[in-house]
Amino acid sequence: MTSSDTEEPVDHLLRRLAPQVVGVLTRRFGDFHDAEDAVQEALLAAAVQWRTEGVPGNPRGWLVQVAGRRMIEQVRSEQARRRREDLVARQVPDDRQAAPPADSEDTGGRDDTLRLLFLCCHPVLSPTSAVALTLRSVAGLTTAEIAHAFLVPEATMGQRISRAKQRIRASGATFRMPDREDWPTRLASVLQVLYLIFNEGYATSAGPELLRVELSREAIRLTRTVHALLPGDSEVAGLLALMLLSDARSAARTGPDGELIPLDRQDRARWDAAAIAEGVALITAALPRGPVGPYQVQAAISALHDEARTAAETDWPQILALYGVLERIAPGPVVTLNRAVATAMVHGPAEGLALLAGVAADPRLAGHHRLFVARAHLLEMAGDRPGAVENYRAAAERTASLPERHYLTLRAARLAAPP
Amino acid sequence: MKYMLLMQFSQDMSDALPPIDTWSAEEVQAHIGFMVEANQKLSAAGELVDAQGLAMPATARIVRAGADGAPVVTEGPFAETKEFLAGFWIVDCDSAERAVEIAAYVSTAPGPGGAPLNMPIEVRQVMSAPQGEL
Repeated sequence: MTSSDTEEPVDHLLRRLAPQVVGVLTRRFGDFHDAEDAVQEALLAAAVQWRTEGVPGNPRGWLVQVAGRRMIEQVRSEQARRRREDLVARQVPDDRQAAPPADSEDTGGRDDTLRLLFLCCHPVLSPTSAVALTLRSVAGLTTAEIAHAFLVPEATMGQRISRAKQRIRASGATFRMPDREDWPTRLASVLQVLYLIFNEGYATSAGPELLRVELSREAIRLTRTVHALLPGDSEVAGLLALMLLSDARSAARTGPDGELIPLDRQDRARWDAAAIAEGVALITAALPRGPVGPYQVQAAISALHDEARTAAETDWPQILALYGVLERIAPGPVVTLNRAVATAMVHGPAEGLALLAGVAADPRLAGHHRLFVARAHLLEMAGDRPGAVENYRAAAERTASLPERHYLTLRAARLAAPP
Repeated sequence: MKYMLLMQFSQDMSDALPPIDTWSAEEVQAHIGFMVEANQKLSAAGELVDAQGLAMPATARIVRAGADGAPVVTEGPFAETKEFLAGFWIVDCDSAERAVEIAAYVSTAPGPGGAPLNMPIEVRQVMSAPQGEL
């Protein structure tokens, strides 16, 4: 037993080992669907038993053994018993993972985690399904924990996960690394799923559902793992930096009653200096390495905000230049919206409003509350109070976030009051 | 017993309940603060099951299935809408009286001038499994 095993809390240990154990069993039995179920049961058993009886000397071996036994029971009870038992018998002796060393951190386990991520974030799955499956198989959360985080009943989440697994099985996708030509798109799917998990936690951390903040932490932990496995990939580093640099501001984003506090009014002393330093170091090392991707550019923008000691010291010309880069490599109406705000900060509100007028016709943005928020800000900057009030109210009517609606209603009310 | 408390607004009420975008910032702040506190109290009492606010009716859509089962969507806002649901609570409490008490409490959320809005709250029991044999 290594010292880290004795000190690490049981739930952390289980989450760290989960993808490795799923990997071992998937390779051994050739069936991700059943391996994933068996590991989930073993994790639940371990969570109970290890807390009362202590962590076994070889926790990973324990999980492999218990989950493996469970799988063999399943195999025996199924109709295709003969064929599958033959398969098991044939594969077990070949498996180099059969008896892993107690403190095994070998490359087998590490590659398994990556293979598992590629499988759980496979493009045949919808983003919601991929998110749920990744949290269970790779992050090692229980179905109940995931259901709680997404505020849906446990049975619903259980079905979502099981349908995702059936879909993977039906698609014929297997537990292996993508081919070289598929690698960029498959990795992009993985990063998108991790970013979705992060945003789910980030966007909702303002509400009374404090537990949902855990999702951001899980996303950071998973992205850290991917970064450790692929240290040379600049976009992985960029995504990790972006998460750290955004999460660093989370304590300052809301007031005591959960009300939103915009970036320019946040108490910067409450930002997490360690997370900012780590994010800045990551993005500083990644950018010159290239190729430059959208996560790196967004991280660089976030870093510029985080490094300003006051809102007034923000390096807007640099941010504007970066939005220009982002618009070239990953164009979209929301990027243009942000560039319009940066333009206003550098060249004045009139230029920003002109840019907004151009993008307002984009059907992807029609009626979107963010268009009204951006216009309200720029009109307020330009001194057009009635125009700003009207746009803040229009945005409040359209947002689907309650804290955001409160914030916008308040901002409109303050601005509408006679000075 | 579970009850759903519905915060239902109608156009005829707009004289008694002026729309929130005509309130001052302090009045809006006090209203939001009351709602946050109400949910905290219900949660602390072990009675809160769920509380949700709905996006404004401007974003609502009405959907019917067409002849072939494909959705036929009508986009809002709907001029003919006389009433709309702004939000709801689901509470789990010991009696119908307690549900009424909770409804009366949330009804007092402050409005203009800090005066209680006394807005109408519809109380509906949530149906459950049969309590015994028939």
